[in-house]
This record gives sequence, structure tokens and C-alpha cells, in this order.
Amino acid sequence: MTDTSGPVVIRDRAGAVPAPPVARVIRGLSDRAIAWLFIAPTILLLLAINVFPLIWTIRLSFTNYRANKPNVPLRWLGLENYTSILADPDVWQAMQATAHFVIWTILLEVLFGFGLALLIDKKFRGHSFWTTVILLPMMLSPAVVGTFWTFLFQPQIGLFNYVVAFLTGIDPSSFQMIGDVPLAPWAIVLVDTWMWTPYVMLICLAGLRSIPNYIYEAAEVDRASKWRQFWSITLPMVLPFLMLAVLFRGIENFKMFDMVNLLTSGGPGSTTELASITLKREAFEKWRTGYSSAFAIILFVTVFGAANIYVKALNKVKQR
Amino acid sequence: MGRMITFAGALAAGAIAIGLPTQSALAQGKTLTLCWAAWDPANALVELSKDFTAKTNIQMKYEFVPWTNYADRFLNELNSKGKLCDVIIGDSQWIGGAAENGHYVKLNEFFDKEGIKMDDFMPATVLGYAEWPKHTPNYWALPAMGDAVGWTYRKDWFSRPELQAEFKKKYGRDLAPPATWTELKQVGEFFQGRDIDGKKVYGAYIFTERGSEGITMGVTNALYDWGFQYDNPKKPYQMDGFVNSPDAVAGLEFYKSVYKCCTPPGMTNAYMQEGLDAFKSGQVAMMMNWFAFFPGLYKDPNVGGDKIGFFINPGEKQHATQLGGQGISVVSYSDHKEDALQYIKWFAQPDVQKHWWALGGYSCHKAVLNDPSFPTSAPFAKDFLKSMEMVVDFWAEPSYAELLLDMQKRVHDYVVADKGTAKEALDLLVKDWEKVFKEEGKI
Amino acid sequence: MSGRTGAHSVVEPSPLTRRIAGALVICYALIAIVPLLWIFVTGFKTPPDSIAYPPKMMFTPSLEGYVNLFTTRSRQSPEYMASLPPAETWYDRLARSRNMVIAGPSKYGQRFVNSLVVAFGSTILAVSLGTLTAYAFSRFRVPLADDLMFFILSTRMMPPIAVAIPIYLMYRSLGLSDTWLGMILLYTAVNVSLAVWLMKGFIDEIPREYEEAALIDGYTRLQAFYKVVLPQAATGIAATAIFCLIFAWNEYAFAALLTSGNAQTAPPFIPTIIGEGGLDWPAVAAGASLFLLPIVVFTVILRKHLLRGITFGAVRK
Repeated sequence: MTDTSGPVVIRDRAGAVPAPPVARVIRGLSDRAIAWLFIAPTILLLLAINVFPLIWTIRLSFTNYRANKPNVPLRWLGLENYTSILADPDVWQAMQATAHFVIWTILLEVLFGFGLALLIDKKFRGHSFWTTVILLPMMLSPAVVGTFWTFLFQPQIGLFNYVVAFLTGIDPSSFQMIGDVPLAPWAIVLVDTWMWTPYVMLICLAGLRSIPNYIYEAAEVDRASKWRQFWSITLPMVLPFLMLAVLFRGIENFKMFDMVNLLTSGGPGSTTELASITLKREAFEKWRTGYSSAFAIILFVTVFGAANIYVKALNKVKQR
Repeated sequence: MGRMITFAGALAAGAIAIGLPTQSALAQGKTLTLCWAAWDPANALVELSKDFTAKTNIQMKYEFVPWTNYADRFLNELNSKGKLCDVIIGDSQWIGGAAENGHYVKLNEFFDKEGIKMDDFMPATVLGYAEWPKHTPNYWALPAMGDAVGWTYRKDWFSRPELQAEFKKKYGRDLAPPATWTELKQVGEFFQGRDIDGKKVYGAYIFTERGSEGITMGVTNALYDWGFQYDNPKKPYQMDGFVNSPDAVAGLEFYKSVYKCCTPPGMTNAYMQEGLDAFKSGQVAMMMNWFAFFPGLYKDPNVGGDKIGFFINPGEKQHATQLGGQGISVVSYSDHKEDALQYIKWFAQPDVQKHWWALGGYSCHKAVLNDPSFPTSAPFAKDFLKSMEMVVDFWAEPSYAELLLDMQKRVHDYVVADKGTAKEALDLLVKDWEKVFKEEGKI
Repeated sequence: MSGRTGAHSVVEPSPLTRRIAGALVICYALIAIVPLLWIFVTGFKTPPDSIAYPPKMMFTPSLEGYVNLFTTRSRQSPEYMASLPPAETWYDRLARSRNMVIAGPSKYGQRFVNSLVVAFGSTILAVSLGTLTAYAFSRFRVPLADDLMFFILSTRMMPPIAVAIPIYLMYRSLGLSDTWLGMILLYTAVNVSLAVWLMKGFIDEIPREYEEAALIDGYTRLQAFYKVVLPQAATGIAATAIFCLIFAWNEYAFAALLTSGNAQTAPPFIPTIIGEGGLDWPAVAAGASLFLLPIVVFTVILRKHLLRGITFGAVRK
């Protein structure tokens, strides 16, 4: 795997660039000026729209500030927001719902995505066309997906219930994918899997295509069975890609808001109220700005911490 | 060099495009933007306002948003001090927050100057839509659209002799619009799953929406009737024992029992629009909904005219109904406040108010409502008057959104998601609400 | 992508394997495409057909959904309808067949234009900035290069919710709420880290000798950059653009929060297209279909580059 330098290992290479010959920096701008001219706008933009707001969020999280009541005097609360969030059973329920959603979508997407990638890599006739067809769901806007699946899940007029009824013979109006407490958490998993399996597939496909053929040829010479080849060549070499896919989907789904909010509004009750939906309600419907800033920071630290641990593991896998 | 020039050109073109204002109408004449919900009465208002444009030469633009996004979107707009809306028809519960945070222009002086008297409007609407603090003469809006929860039923089904006979045999009374919730449930059960003209129909449609205000606006109609109160009438903000009184618990349980026994499948997250669809497609025998939709329903080609009847929210131990409706206000961030006031002045005229009612908008003006011909002017007019005399509104506190979201959660958890008991749900609600008021320093 | 060339007969899958793989993939694709086809088909139903029970497979196609998408209509009494002069256009006739009169254009067109401006504007900006920054990191010795690159990447990990609140406050006080500029800057900031990392991978691959030759020929650095490096990086720019565009085109949460009547893009608008009762499903479906179109066209044209882009340029030739 010497030729893969994902976001994680490129770090080591960035500093290894040899310095440009000094003699050539005479006319026009100096290299140093160009370098800063090219880098500064990006850094400034990120500082303005990412870092500065983040620091602001941290500051707000210690206060009782409310964006809809600017006249209320600002009070410094210390860690009160944090302790009350962590002690709130409803928050933990939202976290559980989020965990269920993240774990199952990742599992299913990896299963289907990797399977599809293996099949597509066989390069059957028309594989390029069908790959493009499979990619279509992930190009839809989550807003469209969330809205339209409420239509597909309608017990009577919806296509989904109709097809299930057609295949199993049960009454289409006897179950409500987004209205029944046991079914709703699976409904959101199903829709997300439908939408994002292509993404995992694409990453796995990239991994499969990166395996040089000569390795397989050598294995053939050694008369290794196809099964052995899969376990000792394919899987280990695709693993870093697979883990990258899990990282991307994990981060994305941990912060899932749009699709699920439009699909279920967090209901029935609070069954599918994911952490981001709770956060949105606290921040922009209840307008508890300080409180929700603390919540945002908790979520951010969770994602960032988990991602960092994960990236370390990923680097180990890559170095093997 | 050519490529670089193209590149720079593209950037420059982009910059120019960004700088251009997106509203092209700004240049020609005056324009006012009116914000409201996207529903039947809004279409009527568009029709009505043509007269305003004809008289003043001020063009009207509209921003109508569906109910489920309405509060979210416009409160966000007001909180971000947006200039999109010059005139806004904001929901009754917004008045406290909008007044205290300076979103609306205070209208007292303007009313005095123009001779607009709040005495000319129905008291319940002035209290509900215009005043903050309540019961004080501080006006932030002109009552624009009276509204309350009412019910429609399929008159054509109710009047079938075979159904009449069957119902009488079963319940010992005539199949008629129910006067109590108990009767309503019986009628619902009677129709639930019945075959009518080869189609399976259901008993009743009630509000169950989770995301905005739906289930709260539905369940309160039962809660009030059993004796739920927001707080101790003698001691404001004392809620324990009133919000979660045994009567309130019984009311909540009853609403759930109606949800379980008599609603069509899939109505787990349904508000007014889903109700209209269910009723218009002939799925349900009775529908809970806002009076605002009744003029449109009466005109409906499928279920309107003789086929439809109306009744007021049934009683039980008490008799009350949920207030809806909105006042019209001037947004204080608007650049066209004078023109916006012009609009309100025009709108307040008795003639315009009469036209408003004729087009399907519920005027709150006494010149309309006290007219002897009013009760017979539409099949639901009498019921509207009766309902407006017994309306109760949700909290209109500045923190109404928090109070509402708490109630949405607790009630939906219990009614739709089967979580806990009614008593537990209301106990939790009391705790939630106490927390809100404590944070605000009111208790 | 070594599989493409050279002798590799040993590892070629057998025709049978290929056929089975093909069948399975096509099965999945056919199932996965059904909801999408249903959206597309619903766009050509009449509103009653769209909510028929059981769902209608066979129906007479109608353009009512598209007419409803682009117009606002008002219901009128039959007497009023009879008093009107004959309808002039096909869409007028269609509306009148439902006792409706077309009152004017809807806001969909304007929202679509907003989407085009914001999505393409931010994509162009993000890719431009990303390319410049990537070039600097790739070719020059930048102090703290490692840390800066890691910093740029880490902004990508940050959930937008963590910064949404202050961005809301900031935009409110700067007057950037509900403007094209505000949305373009925001989406650019979200996309630029991806763009830098992708482009760095691509530019690293361009042999430095090309530029050095150009420098010896008397080009300045800047000239060498746009005459030599940019053309070589075209493939990478295309791949990067796809990813930036897919995000910016479809983004919902920020758009719903920060835009309103002026700069609102289509994603927050589409779920609010309602008819006389609930959502006007044919119009929603029509809006969704039209909205999907540009991104599909763009992707099909550039699909060969997709594979490289999706793994942060992790795939090398």
C-alpha cells in the first residue's frame, strides 16, 4: 500500500518537499509571497467561519444567553449548562437513538456497499452504466429524500406498504413505518441505508481498484484458493478504505438532522429524536442559545474524540 | 495569459452578480411584503388586497409558508431582525415575545390617531391577538383573522336511514353531531372500519402532529373540557394540581382513547393539511380542524355543499375550545413602516372587513359579527360565534415556544408513542414548565 | 487502476462469475431505483391519482404537477369560471379544468436560480481557493505546513451544528442572513478543506520538472502555475468540483436556518409546496425531479473522476 496517501498519512509527506532553487525567484513575486498569497485566503475563511464561531460557541456555552431575548442580562453560569445536559434523561435517550441509528446504518451500508463493490469489480458487461444508476440516490437532497419517503411510507397510499403487503399478504394499513414505535427507528435506518450505500460502495470500489493485479497473479501461481485470496489479499488491502468509509459515514450520521427531521420530526413521541434534532429544537425553536451551545460542544467533543481515536486505529491498519 | 483573464473574468462576473439585489421590483414604485401562513384565507387576502393596491398604488408581495414551518420560519425571521416582512400576520401566542423583544411596532398611538377603536372588535380577539400584557390596553396587532377549533362531519352519511336505524338501536339516540366527547367517541366507533359505498371509512380525524404545534392544539380541546387549567387562577404560574389535576389526566386519557379507537391508519403525525386530505377523500366521518378551512370545504366539489355539516367542539364537564387566529402587525425592522400602517388602516375599515368575510376570511370586527344577517350568512357562521365565546388560548408568554415544545413532546410521547401514563406525562409537563418559568424568573 | 492495462488473464473472472455478479448488481440497482422512479413518475400524475389507494401503476400522464410547481392558483366558483374569456394557453386550460385560475408564477423558479448561484458560486470559489492553497503546500516550503494542513482537515470533522449558533448570530449582525454572499461564503468554508486535500493529492502527482522547465524558459511562477500546472490538474479540478457541488446543491439545514424570502435555495423550499390540502405530491415530485437533473448531468459527464475524488485522492494510478 505504498501508493495510498489518504488524509491521514499525507501529513508525513507535506514537509518533505524540497526547497525550490533560489536562483529562479527573481522575476515576479517571490515564492514566499506567492505561497502566502495562495494560502492566506483559505486560512482566513476557515478562521472566520469555523474557528471564530467555535470559540464563540464555547464562550456562549457558559452563559444563559438567548438569541431571541437580547434584553435579558447576561449571566455567567459556569458549568451549569453542561451538568444539566448530562443529567437530563431525555438527552441520554436522544444519544441512544443516535447510537442505534449510527451503528445500524454503518453496519448495513458497509455490508451492502462492500458486497456491491466486490460484484461490480468483476467488470460484467454494462457495469459502468449500472454503477451510475446505483449512485443516483446519494445525489438527491436529504430534504427531498426525507419528504418523499413520508409519502412512500403512507400506510394506505404509500408504495412501500403496498409492496410489502403484496409480497407478504399482510394488510398494508396494519403497520406504519414512521408511526409505530418499534418500526420508526428502523424506518430511518432503512432510508439512510438506501441513500448512502452507494457512497460506501464507491469508496470500496476505489480500494479494490487500487490493488495491483500482480499480487493476485502471484497468488494464482502459489495456487491459493479464491477464498484465501479474499481473506489474505482483498480484505486486508481494502480495509483502510472500508475504515475510511466508516469514518465518513459515522461522522455524517452522528450529526444527522435534515433527512430524519423531515421524515419523522423525531416522532413518534421522541423515538427518533436524534441528538441533532434535539439540538436544533433547543437552539432555534426554544432559543436557549447558551444551553444549546453547551450541547453542541458536547456533541463536537464526542465526534472529535471518537474520530481521533478511530484515525489512530486507521493509521495502524494502514501501516501494516 | 488568456486563461488567467477568463478566470479573473469569471470571478468578477460572480462578484457583480452577488452584488445585485435579488428583488428587481425595488426600483418601480412602492411594495409591501405581507407574511402569513399558506392556506385558504391567505388566498382570500390576496384577492382582498387588490383593492388596497388599487387605492394606494402600493404593490403587494406575499410570503406564505405552510403551517408546519410557519412559526419556525417567521420567528427565526423576526429574531434575526430580518427585513423580509413589512406586515406580518403572526400567531396569537407570539404576541408576548414579539412585544417584549421589540419585533412588532406598538400600535396604540396609531390607533388613536386614525380613530381605530379596539372596542369595535370582538373582545376575545382583542385579548387573544392584540394585547400584551394581557388585559392591559397595550396593542401590538389588529385582530385580523378570528379562528378556533371546530368540527366538520359528513352530513350525507349521518342522514342515511339504515345508519340512523342501526345507530339508534345501538346507542338509543339519533345519529347526530355529538354534543359531548363521549358521544363523539361513540359516533367515531360506529363509523370506524365501516364500508360506505364500497370504501372502508374511519371515525374521526384529530390533530397528532409532532414537529410544530399540532397535537397540543388538538389535545387541549379535550383537556379544557375535563377541567385542565394552565395555572391557579388565584396564583399565577402555580401549575401543580391544575395542569396535572385528575380531571386533566382523564381528559388526556380520553383524547388518546379517541386516537386509538377511531382514527385512520397513518395519522401519527398529522395536522390540518392531512386532515383536509383525509376528509376530502372521503376517508373519515368527522374531522377536527380550524374554522378557517370551513369556507373552502363548503365549496369543495367532492365533500362540500349538502354533504358537509359543522359542529362546535363537544363539551364534557366543561365546555371550551382552543383559540386559533392571528392579529396583523407591523414589523419594527421594516423599511416601509408607514406604508405598512397604511395597510392596517385600510384593513380596519368596516367595508373592507365585510368584504373580507365575504371572501372567506373571519373578520373580528363587530360591524361584521354583530350584523343580524351574520349567523345565517354561512352554515358555520353561528358555530363560529358560539366557539369564539368559549375560546381558551395556549400560553402567550414570551417563552411560549419552549412551553409549546415541551407539551408537544410530553403529549406525543404518551398519546402516539405509548410512553408512560397520562399522569406521568402531565407531571413531567409541570416540571418542564416550572423550569421554563424559573429560568425566566417568574416563579 | 492497474487492472485496465497489461496481461492479467490469470485473474480475470470467469464469464459465469461475471454473469452472476451482473445479475446481482442489476437486481440491487432495480430495487434501489424504484423510489426514485416513483418520484419521477409521480411528477406526471394528477393530484388525485397521486394519492389513490391502492397506488396507481397505470395512469394517464399529466403535466399538472409541473404547472402547479411553477404557478400559484386560486379556486373559483363555476359561475366565475364561465364568465372568463377562453383560456389562451395549455396550462391555463389545465388549471381551469380544476376550477382554478392561474394567479401568477410560483417562487420555485427564483429558488432554483438561488440554488444555481449559491451552489455554483461556492463550488467555483472553493475549488479555486483549494487549488491555490494546495499548490502552495505542494510546491513551497511553508512553515508549519503539517499543522496547517491538519488544521484545514480538522475543520471538516467539525459538525456544522457546533458552529451554527454563532454563525447565525454573526450573520444576523453583519447582515449576511438571507443573502447570496452569505450562503456562498458558508458553503465555500465547508467545502474548502475537502478541496485543499483533494487538490493537493492531484498536484503532488504532477511532475515538478514540467514547471522547472517552464521557469528556465523564462516564465514567472504565476505563469508556470496557470500555463503548466492548471491544465495538468484539470482532472482533479473536475473531481473536486463534483463533490463540492453535490454538497452545496443539496444542503438543507443551514439554508433553512439562514435564508428566507430572498436567497432561499430549493431544498428548504421543496418540502413546503402545498396544494389545497396537504403537500401537492405531483408538484413536490416535479420539483424534486427537476432539482436532481443538473447534478445527474454534471455527474454523468464527470463520472470517471468520481472514484478518485471520493477517497480524498487516496487512489493513485
